[in-house]
Amino acid sequence: MLFTSYEFIFFLCLLIGLYYIIPKRFQWQLLLISSFVFYYFSGWSNLLYISVTIVSTYFVSIKLNGLTKKQKAYLKENRDLSREEKKVYKEKIKSKRWGWLLLCLIFNLGILAVIKYTNFALSNINSILTLFKMNEISYVNLLLPMGISFYTFQSMSYIIDVYREKYEPERNIGKMALFVSFFPQLIQGPISRFDDLSKTLYKEHSFNAKTFSFGFQRVLWGYFKKMVIADRIITAVLTITKNPDTYDGIYVFIGMLFYALQLYADFTGGIDITIGIAQMLGIEVKENFIRPYFSKSITEYWRRWHISMGTWFKDYVFYPLSVSKPMLNISRSSRARFGDKVGKRLPVYLSTLIVWFTTGIWHGSSWNFIVWGLLNGVIILISQEFDPLYARFHERFKVKGTFGFRLFQVIRTVLLLSSLRILDCYRDVGVSFRMFVSMFTKLDIGVLFNGSLLDLGLDVSDYIVLVIGVIILIGFSLLQRSGSVREKIANKRPVLRYSVYILLFFSILILGAYGIGFDSNQFIYNQF
Amino acid sequence: MKNKKIISILIIFLIIAGLYVLLQSLLMPKYMTKIVEGALISEYYHEKNKDHDVIFIGDCEVYENFSPITLWEEYGITSYIRGSAQQLIWHSYYLLEDTLKYEKPDVVVFSVLSMMYDEPQNEAYNRMSIDGMPLSLTKLRSAKAAMMPEEDLITYVFPLLRYHSRWNELSEEDFKYWFKKDQIAHNGYLMRVDAKPVDTFPKPRALADYKFGDICYEYLDKMTQLCKDNDIELVLLKAPSLYPHWYDEWDEQMVDYAAKNDLLYINLLDYLDEMGLDFNTDTYDAGLHLNLAGAEKTSVFFGKYLKDNFNLIDKRNDPELKALWDDKSAYYYNMEQEQYQELEEYGYLLKFNLKRTEEK
Repeated sequence: MLFTSYEFIFFLCLLIGLYYIIPKRFQWQLLLISSFVFYYFSGWSNLLYISVTIVSTYFVSIKLNGLTKKQKAYLKENRDLSREEKKVYKEKIKSKRWGWLLLCLIFNLGILAVIKYTNFALSNINSILTLFKMNEISYVNLLLPMGISFYTFQSMSYIIDVYREKYEPERNIGKMALFVSFFPQLIQGPISRFDDLSKTLYKEHSFNAKTFSFGFQRVLWGYFKKMVIADRIITAVLTITKNPDTYDGIYVFIGMLFYALQLYADFTGGIDITIGIAQMLGIEVKENFIRPYFSKSITEYWRRWHISMGTWFKDYVFYPLSVSKPMLNISRSSRARFGDKVGKRLPVYLSTLIVWFTTGIWHGSSWNFIVWGLLNGVIILISQEFDPLYARFHERFKVKGTFGFRLFQVIRTVLLLSSLRILDCYRDVGVSFRMFVSMFTKLDIGVLFNGSLLDLGLDVSDYIVLVIGVIILIGFSLLQRSGSVREKIANKRPVLRYSVYILLFFSILILGAYGIGFDSNQFIYNQF
Repeated sequence: MKNKKIISILIIFLIIAGLYVLLQSLLMPKYMTKIVEGALISEYYHEKNKDHDVIFIGDCEVYENFSPITLWEEYGITSYIRGSAQQLIWHSYYLLEDTLKYEKPDVVVFSVLSMMYDEPQNEAYNRMSIDGMPLSLTKLRSAKAAMMPEEDLITYVFPLLRYHSRWNELSEEDFKYWFKKDQIAHNGYLMRVDAKPVDTFPKPRALADYKFGDICYEYLDKMTQLCKDNDIELVLLKAPSLYPHWYDEWDEQMVDYAAKNDLLYINLLDYLDEMGLDFNTDTYDAGLHLNLAGAEKTSVFFGKYLKDNFNLIDKRNDPELKALWDDKSAYYYNMEQEQYQELEEYGYLLKFNLKRTEEK
């Protein structure tokens, strides 16, 4: 069930109506049923996968907690044990807990890995077999369950946090199931943390007109971005990227900028809808973006784009990896061999590259995503290395902080990121690099002015809508810097306020790229 | 304070509803200067006197081939044609069901050519057949039966969801006929006076299976039952169009069905000479459809058939009806005159030659 489908709108209206009519104590149960109904529409078999993840995570979380309690009780009962005996006992329990955690991680990440990466692995094996003129292995037909990357990561963060004793596990399997399957965030995140989401997810919610209205506005804003901008510009993006032999040179540059706009409008629009729906239900979901295209460096960008994924990798991959035994060993030996300066950096670099490799492959099971991830990591590391050079530059030229220089930084970052995303557009490493090079070797600026842009599937009126859309997006982001835009609008006179709402509603209704003549476009991040 | 809030919300909803209605009527196709057959269905609902002796139901084989004005002038029969382009049998059934909400005719004449289509064919024709109906369960049932896989039922409730993307192709026509449309047809008859003689038709190809589809029979059964329930005589009709080819095997099935259900079936292709049809002068598109001259000849013949078979009273002496039909006749002859003038001036009819009109 697409967020942009009539079925979903109907489903949502029905749910919200029921949600505020039924006794409040049943609200979370209704959400759980709704989430499973929503998921059912993506296929029966998918329900099986998510159920397996829920049950296994629940069981292990209770087991982990049981072991912790057992340890505490045992130590309380046996106060007279020596320190050494206590240590031995603790190690024994720790080892058991670690075993259960590992089992849960391997099992669930294993499901994800098998479904998502088997064919990728087979294609690489087949490439090698072909080299040796051996028979290829047949590919397997595995359908990727909707949102599996998101709910697997969300449940794994839960089990790791329980292991780390950050919080007590949820004893009600229904509530735990709701945390994993909460439908608004099932398709494309954000990857919520249990201690954040559970604060409002299971609460009893009375109807609050302001919260509801703000949520509704956010949903509308999300639909505007998705349906008016992203689903309109996708035609041109696909025309360019699906025909690399026809559209190279300046078209690649246009395509990468168009894709940057499409991805932004699509993903942030989807998250706006998610957060807005949750808000209409009285539930708080954490922000996933903070005006990412205003970032002045790639490092900053990744702090502001898909925040929940970035922090997930930081908390559950980067930090544990950096302090893991093998990494500490590498650190020790590299220091001994290359000295403190280089030796200190080597494990950090290694951890960073591993994280970006993982980030890349999380986005998709193909080499283009892996290369994209690694390039992000490399650029971040290079810019870190250049920090002293930048400092000297700023000391000499005194441009830091000026509007012109900040604008330059923002544009540079957007162009750099867009260039990296060429790998995402063409989904092939070789073609991507060839197209990137063609931007510089076949730069025909005339294309911009000779009407060729009208051959990309968009007409003049589409371009006008897109230009106005971009102006609105930028204006909105600028306004947002000084506080909530919805609060600002809410403080205006009713005529103005309601005019804005009504205009937004009819903009989506009239200008939205939906219905016959338009393909129903899935959200981009749903593929991941 | 609470009342004030409720009133404010109501006002906002009214504004939204008002804007919605305005935008929807602006963006929906008007069918006034091109593809005019799209306007046929809705015209019926603006008809002041919805009391007809005969209702024709079907596709272009009825709305191009029969003239209610001739039936009135020759026999005093009041009739209306409820037809639209490629109107399939499920459209026809639900359109009849809808018509019966307004009147109970003595005779319903159903054009059987659409029995050849067992599944939905085209979204554009669906819209032309259904959009003109007022919102009702009948309309929704019709849409549900007719929809192509890519269509959504909700767009028949809120047509703006279908036509929203026309915002960038709005023309002068859309603004001119935003609130009020012209009358296009004459009790459902779409007049054309131009002529194009029959040339040659492709040889009818042999079919793998000549049997009409089960769904078509299902709807024909429903139509038969609906007429029986309402004490209406149902006549099955094959109009005198030469193409698409009407196979003997199809004809036999209709003969059998009529006999089995105690209905009348008439294939007018068997009476071309009696009607005096000349396919050099009486068709505007080489035999697919009749022009005004052809439609009037057919109507004279078919009116007599109706008179002979059913007890239809000549109503020409009813002063009220006479006044009403006099107005209709005046409009009819006026349009005939205008079309001849257009033919003389341009060599073709503006509304029916979209490409040439646009080039001009």
